[in-house]
Amino acid sequence: MSKARRDQLLSVLGILVLFSVLYLFQLFGTDYQIRILNNMAIFITLAVSYNLVNGICGILHLGPNAFITVGAYTSALLTMSAAEKQASFIIEPLIWPLSVLHAPFVVSLLAGGILATLFAYLISYPVFRVRGDYLAIVTLGFGEVVRVLCNAFQTVTNGPLGLKGLQPHTNLWWSWGVAVLTIILITKLINSSYGRAMKAIRDDETAARAMGVDPFRHLLLAFLVSAFFSGVAGGLLAHLITTISPTLFTFFLTFNLLMMIVVGGLGSTTGAVLGAALFAWGGEALRVVENPINLGVIRIPGIPGMRMVIFSILLMVVIVFARRGIMGRKEFSWEWLIGKFSKSPTGGSSVAS
Amino acid sequence: MHGFFETKNLTMQFGGLVAVSSFSLRLEQGELVGLIGPNGAGKTTVFNMITGALAPTAGHVYWQEQEITGLPLNQVAARGIARTFQNIRLFVDMTVLENVMVSFHHKIPTMFWECMLDLPRARRTEEQIKRESMELLQELGLAHLAHEKAGSLPYGQQRRLEIARALATRPRLLLLDEPAAGMNPLETMDLAQLVSDLRARHSLTVLLIEHDMKFVMRLCERIKVLDYGVTIAEGTPAEIQSNSEVIKAYLGDI
Repeated sequence: MSKARRDQLLSVLGILVLFSVLYLFQLFGTDYQIRILNNMAIFITLAVSYNLVNGICGILHLGPNAFITVGAYTSALLTMSAAEKQASFIIEPLIWPLSVLHAPFVVSLLAGGILATLFAYLISYPVFRVRGDYLAIVTLGFGEVVRVLCNAFQTVTNGPLGLKGLQPHTNLWWSWGVAVLTIILITKLINSSYGRAMKAIRDDETAARAMGVDPFRHLLLAFLVSAFFSGVAGGLLAHLITTISPTLFTFFLTFNLLMMIVVGGLGSTTGAVLGAALFAWGGEALRVVENPINLGVIRIPGIPGMRMVIFSILLMVVIVFARRGIMGRKEFSWEWLIGKFSKSPTGGSSVAS
Repeated sequence: MHGFFETKNLTMQFGGLVAVSSFSLRLEQGELVGLIGPNGAGKTTVFNMITGALAPTAGHVYWQEQEITGLPLNQVAARGIARTFQNIRLFVDMTVLENVMVSFHHKIPTMFWECMLDLPRARRTEEQIKRESMELLQELGLAHLAHEKAGSLPYGQQRRLEIARALATRPRLLLLDEPAAGMNPLETMDLAQLVSDLRARHSLTVLLIEHDMKFVMRLCERIKVLDYGVTIAEGTPAEIQSNSEVIKAYLGDI
């Protein structure tokens, strides 16, 4: 059996194990646990697609919240029934044809992804005319613009009131199905000739161009693919929390994503997955610190926001002790895992001698 | 009309400084021409103007009867003019093999979605790129280092990898910017042999910048000398060696 064939089999096996575990949670887990798992999957989708732009292409893009917003609103507006929309839009009615459009969940997710991609395409020309800090500022700006537009366009987004009462379509199968698919497709892209061209642009744009690589085409490709999956994840997010409003999609969302991929290791998909999983799980686990703590002698009252303080400290610890994040630019491979397990004591001594 | 390759009155001005003035050069297919001159003479600027890294202030570049002046770097590379860099610019975080494979990218037939879906054509193309890259590495004596990080190679081998990477774009004109810089005499002579071998095997036309006179005199059929951006001499190695203008430029007035 060739190594490629073995790795493929192991990957299929790994996915089966993952979904079996999810099935057990579906049967025996609490609502709270299932919610964390859904969150985790959505964050994984977002972090992996965000990493494609920031980690692989090496450009500091600070506007993924715009793509998520576009995806979430598109998908939400498509799954709401006409009656629900009429009931929700109390200040200004929703414009035609959005008021009558209705689509199944899966179509709404795809539409969310496609619209986010279109939006990314529209802003790509101004964005990729600049590099570095300037690009960061331009994308940060577009992220804010979208949020402000959501507040302003009451006839489309219902303004600050947001969209309420969405059907909770997102379940473990949808969220993890999309997450696994995103990981597979983006990993294939990164490991292909296109991914190599992107990494070449990251390492030295002038040299990459001298080897015939067109930077604009490849940055655009990464940007659009990233926007598509972010849009789909936005749709999932909307149908998980069932209420969306502009306050959900502030720069804070981007900042959280940035934290995930930096802690995981910029440029590593494995790192993005780890970072997202840690964030989703850790965010909940750290809720403890916001509760009042009774130490017997002294009582510490609950401090809201304490979680973020601890997160910041953890972030600094990672940056100090592992400057390139948990994974650096390394990726998980079955080869590495097998190597870990087959390291017998005799093998170790032969290396030592 | 313009022949295989020609530059006409190429001029580059940076503010008040004229880095290169009226640089004209004609290359016939298969020639090996040297470009020499003291430090700061504008040699690398000429390369930058030819390849599109800099847009010339004035003048024209013709390649295979077409004007390519001011075309972006990547399009010039795609049309068959490749270059190496004086200050080595490898993709340091990628392996030696990957560095070479990048250069094949600009003409792969596969679309990105074929790669994402791992379709048979994408796999075949990838295999073919890998095979051709390994052949090139073999040719340049780097095959045993294929899976090392490019940044971890010793200096001389990084220079060779630069050449391998440029060759992988399948150029017809190769511009070498100080390929022997930092090499010891033995390595330099190896390199001279390599360059003339590669030229024959890949039917290349070569234009090279070099400070090592032994290297230039041994290898080049024709030499052009720049000083302060102005062409001061042109001719065979023997003619250049005895040219008083050239001696003055290098050694000052005697």
